[in-house]
Amino acid sequence: MPIATKFRQFLGETGTIARFTGHYFVQSTKPRFEFSELIRQCYLIGYNSFPLVGLTGFIMGLVLTMQLRPSLVNYGVESQLPLMVGIAIVREIGPVITALIFAGKIASSMGAELGSMKVTEQIDAMEVSGTNPFRYLVVTRVAASTLMLPVLVILGDAIALAGAFVGVNIRSTTSVHLFFRQVLDNFAFGDVVPAFIKTFFFGFAVGIIGCYKGYTSSKGTEGVGKAANSAVVLSSVLIFIIDLIVVQVTDVLGLN
Amino acid sequence: MITKEQYSIAEQKKPPAEPVIAIGHLCKRFGDNIVLNDFSLTIGKEENVVVLGKSGVGKSVLIKCIIGLMKPDSGTILVFGQNIPDLHHEELDRVRAKVGFLFQSNALYDSMTVRKNLEFPLRRHWIKISQEEVDAMVMEVLNNVGLAHTVDLLPEELSGGMRKRIALARTLILKPEIILYDEPTTGLDPVTGKEISRLIVEMQKKYHTASIIISHDMHCVKLTADKIAVLIDGKCYAEGTFDELQRSTDRNIRQFFE
Repeated sequence: MPIATKFRQFLGETGTIARFTGHYFVQSTKPRFEFSELIRQCYLIGYNSFPLVGLTGFIMGLVLTMQLRPSLVNYGVESQLPLMVGIAIVREIGPVITALIFAGKIASSMGAELGSMKVTEQIDAMEVSGTNPFRYLVVTRVAASTLMLPVLVILGDAIALAGAFVGVNIRSTTSVHLFFRQVLDNFAFGDVVPAFIKTFFFGFAVGIIGCYKGYTSSKGTEGVGKAANSAVVLSSVLIFIIDLIVVQVTDVLGLN
Repeated sequence: MITKEQYSIAEQKKPPAEPVIAIGHLCKRFGDNIVLNDFSLTIGKEENVVVLGKSGVGKSVLIKCIIGLMKPDSGTILVFGQNIPDLHHEELDRVRAKVGFLFQSNALYDSMTVRKNLEFPLRRHWIKISQEEVDAMVMEVLNNVGLAHTVDLLPEELSGGMRKRIALARTLILKPEIILYDEPTTGLDPVTGKEISRLIVEMQKKYHTASIIISHDMHCVKLTADKIAVLIDGKCYAEGTFDELQRSTDRNIRQFFE
């Protein structure tokens, strides 16, 4: 396919996603508000993702510590290991890795679920039943995704730090108190707050892309598969783009 | 062949049934593909009309326009005297509360049990309804379709015929005055297909509904139709009873009966 055609397609899809996002904001302010469905989605998206986020977070903290130690030993700053691991986890690796894991699990399931609901006419059935399917399915999922990812990142970071503590204790001995004092005492406002705020944007991106891909999927099982797959790819790319923008903004604001 | 004009003359001799749906000069196209082209049809109270046509001629598009899931390019669709394409969401929802729709794929919500599937339209259309009333209505429609024991099962645990019955129960739970059936026997074995056709007739008598049934299953057509409208080239090519159309010598109509 010629590059010009691909570029046109890219611009076209960008416009469609922007319209879909605009529609989300319009619909999310209109009654009827689907609170019970929002709570259900928070449970499904947040609680059900926690074991995966916890496991990957623990391994991430452990591996990062073990990989970092030799370099720090070479420079004679092994004592700074908890601080360096802590900052790496809280500022960057924790939010981004958790968001990517979240995108893999949630964006694909949203894409597949809404795609198959469309194929099997469940979305039409909802509309016939006096329900606005966009508000019931999309608004609740995107809101739940936006609210739950920050919570998962906080929990994931805590578990990753526990993994780091185990990693530090493999080759040396540090108390829990000393480890966490070293980590927490050196945290600045710019380390924590921008990293936390960007997770809302990550969550929103995962939710909106997952729902967009599912809600607009073409008919047929192939369309459902493509929706799930492209939801993961696009939301993962968006996570990196948002991360890049946040770094630039925090740099301009002098928070880095 | 019984043409529309001849059928209309024959109909004039009978006392006119009160029309609940009146479709006038309906047109719908998708790009260059003209699906409905000046389609007109009237459905009286408690009348079962089968729309007969080959696959892909726009039968499903027709009933999706009636329920407001698709907007026609031109023409009128009067349901209880209200023109569907002109209605706002709230007005459309009020009309939809009186019109049931049985989807070809059943469209049962996978993540909900049979009970929740049946409760869903009730809770949406009738907000002020107690749980006791909901439970009673759920059990009533389930008993009517003979599947009271499936109330706590998920759709994936049901057979194709059972899913169709549950979908019909979900359609009936709001006690609609009109039911639109999109190929109700497609994908079912002949025995189950006949059972569903009989159930449609039984429920029509019990609930006194008018119906539009989209089908090309002639067993279903014969069992359910008070009147048949043949859809060819986007137009209502002919109307008549099953026997009248069966006697037709028109090649376009005969192909459905051979």
